[in-house]
Amino acid sequence: MVAAIILGTVAAVALRAEGGRGLGPADWAAIRFSVLQAVLSATLSVALAIPVARALARRSFPGRAVLVTLLGAPFILPVIVAVFGLLAVFGRSGWISDALGLFGLPPLQIYGLHGVVLAHVFFNLPLATRLILQGWRDIPAERFRLAAALGFAPRDTARWLERPMLARVVPGIWAVIFAICLSSFAVALTLGGGPRATTVELAIFQAFSFDFDLGRAALLAVIQIALAGGAALVALWLSPFDGTGGGLDRPVRRWDSGSAGLRLLDAGLIAAAAVFLVLPLAAIVADGVPGLMRLPPQVWQAAAVSVAIAAVSTLLLLALALPMAWAAATGARALPEAAAMLGIAVSPLVIGTGAFILVNPVADPFALALPVTALVNALMALPFALRILIPGARDIAEGQGRLALSLGMGGPAFLRLVLLPRLRARLGFAAGLTAALSMGDLGVIALFADPDTATLPLQMYRLMGSYRTEAAAGAALLLLALALAAFWACDRMGQRHAEA
Amino acid sequence: MKYLAFAAGVLTATAAWADKPELTIYTYDSFVADWGPGPQIEAAFEAVCDCDLRLVGAGDGAALLARLQLEGARSDADVVLGLDTNLTAAAAATGLFAPHSVTAAFDLPIAWDDATFVPFDWGYFAFVHSEGLAAPANFRALADSDLKIVIQDPRSSTPGLGLLMWVKTAYGLEAPAIWEGLSDNIVTVTPGWSEAYGLFLEGEADMVLSYTTSPAYHLIAEDDATKTAAAFDEGHYMQIEVAAKLAATDQPELADRFLAFMVTDAFQSVIPTTNWMYPAVTPDAGLPDGFGTLITPDRALLVPAAEVPAMRDAALAEWLAALSR
Repeated sequence: MVAAIILGTVAAVALRAEGGRGLGPADWAAIRFSVLQAVLSATLSVALAIPVARALARRSFPGRAVLVTLLGAPFILPVIVAVFGLLAVFGRSGWISDALGLFGLPPLQIYGLHGVVLAHVFFNLPLATRLILQGWRDIPAERFRLAAALGFAPRDTARWLERPMLARVVPGIWAVIFAICLSSFAVALTLGGGPRATTVELAIFQAFSFDFDLGRAALLAVIQIALAGGAALVALWLSPFDGTGGGLDRPVRRWDSGSAGLRLLDAGLIAAAAVFLVLPLAAIVADGVPGLMRLPPQVWQAAAVSVAIAAVSTLLLLALALPMAWAAATGARALPEAAAMLGIAVSPLVIGTGAFILVNPVADPFALALPVTALVNALMALPFALRILIPGARDIAEGQGRLALSLGMGGPAFLRLVLLPRLRARLGFAAGLTAALSMGDLGVIALFADPDTATLPLQMYRLMGSYRTEAAAGAALLLLALALAAFWACDRMGQRHAEA
Repeated sequence: MKYLAFAAGVLTATAAWADKPELTIYTYDSFVADWGPGPQIEAAFEAVCDCDLRLVGAGDGAALLARLQLEGARSDADVVLGLDTNLTAAAAATGLFAPHSVTAAFDLPIAWDDATFVPFDWGYFAFVHSEGLAAPANFRALADSDLKIVIQDPRSSTPGLGLLMWVKTAYGLEAPAIWEGLSDNIVTVTPGWSEAYGLFLEGEADMVLSYTTSPAYHLIAEDDATKTAAAFDEGHYMQIEVAAKLAATDQPELADRFLAFMVTDAFQSVIPTTNWMYPAVTPDAGLPDGFGTLITPDRALLVPAAEVPAMRDAALAEWLAALSR
């Protein structure tokens, strides 16, 4: 059904096409650039996330829980807000350039391919860290106890426990990040420094609104889907299907904290990641505080709309993701996930336009603006939710599935007694991510909105579009706070009984 | 199910107005914003029309036209407001628009005789900078300088397309050379005006492509006189924003009345300090204080609407080639 909704919208655009001129050399250049930056961004994000996640997994320190929550922050920011946060730190007149200036050095040059990759790593490194950290949490406490009893050095732990776990989780995470970077538009263009940094998404926008060539827009959307879907299939094919095995859910204790050198390394890694993460966020907060006092009342109203949409999206997501995760864990392995990957691979513009074409003949699109937005937001969050839920569902299927079957436990009882309690922490994380993502996404509302139903991100863009930069920065801060609060609330709810 | 409550609210609000005729206008987002011209204009027209005016934000520039093409004859829109002269030829070719019957003494730098589109405001594109900067006097001087500029992408932004036409009109066959000269001045190219202007205000560039009227916002709304626009001696390209009646409208008379209302004082006097552009017909009370301080270009450049489509594609190819090296 998910695939049908997504492909249906693309087909709707394609069917409205009249002629068109096919792909030109500029389109091919856009495809090449999109793939290049997405490969670099995904690889770098994952490569850096592994040591940070390992450090977080084997250390505990005050403020760790806050840091783990903040890991969700960059990912859920509207892109333009994050870009301005990054520029406040890394830009030509950012903090680092100012500091360089004190020593008579030229300002940092952030615009170019490296700037695009830097921004994508800022968005996705924390998410990757959080997802990989989940992988560490899934290693049963008994394994670490056994490892300690056998006198494992960190190297042995890595070989026998950590590397097999990473081999299972990393390819899927890489594929998700690849897909999301592939459809980047505003980040790539703004930080890319010029038309060299044209992505497929911009080519789609150009085909749609500059040339009104719906055929080319749909063709490009299909190419984008094929690239992301192909990456997803390869990744899933690469990752082995065996689980970590069951445990008794004891709290994990680690005996392998290792030498002082190792401790220093971990502390350094965590500190570096935290600084990279927190500085741009601090810039957003510092920029936004003065504007918070000058927010027009309509912004608060839009905030209420956004919170409502986020709540509905989250419920929709849970209703979709739980059965899909269970199906992926028990039988048809790659299919549900590949279908869900479509959600981020397909251009929001195409989904929005397609939904509009489908809805327009039967109903007033404006009356449906909010439900459609909630649904599309849930679809966009689905791949992330499945990445979070599937490994856990798989462990349950292996660990408790047969026992439940032999006890003759029916579906509802299994759901209530086994699946939900055991997936609780993951469901909380997935719900939090969806709520926050839905809050921050400009999404399809821009195509459907009339003045009464503007969401907070849309109002923020409107403020920016009419010179009110200060108020826009205030709205951005409000958005950051609301998204983080939603994320934190759901995440906490899931973890009340689990160790963070 | 909170959204049901919202939907219900929207439906009842619509039902309450059902006894009055409704005029739907598609326009760009910043026009309908609560701090834009929309609310004041809605109130002013509803005071005289005995109707319900519904302003809908439906995308900027080319996206607005694409939206209308997508909806075709089924569209709810009766009037579209916010296309510009770079789009009117393509818009007219769709056959979606009907001729107007408005006559007015337009205060435009050029003569206006379009049968379909009625102008409601206009402005000159210009590079805006902070005071104290030795601003260049033309594109050649800018290209030779070390100044950093932010511009918008012509494929996704109206001002970006305006700049493309500006350079092409002023330099013709030399335009590719001008772009090559400018390539090391361009810090980055943004998808839209908002991002570019934001980058400029954050100090990422010395100058940003905007309008000669932009400094008026800072002067009037923020009491900040430090922003000015650089006067270029090759002339400044114009943007004229227009409205038109949809041929498939179910409210043709009301649409005509709106277009006629659009060139009166009640509409035009709202424009300068909400849309920050020049009104198409100067109101009796004149322009607000602060507009007198703006630069007034000696030469207004504008490509005739009919020649835009052919020129646009050639100029875009040159731009891409020059900046993709």
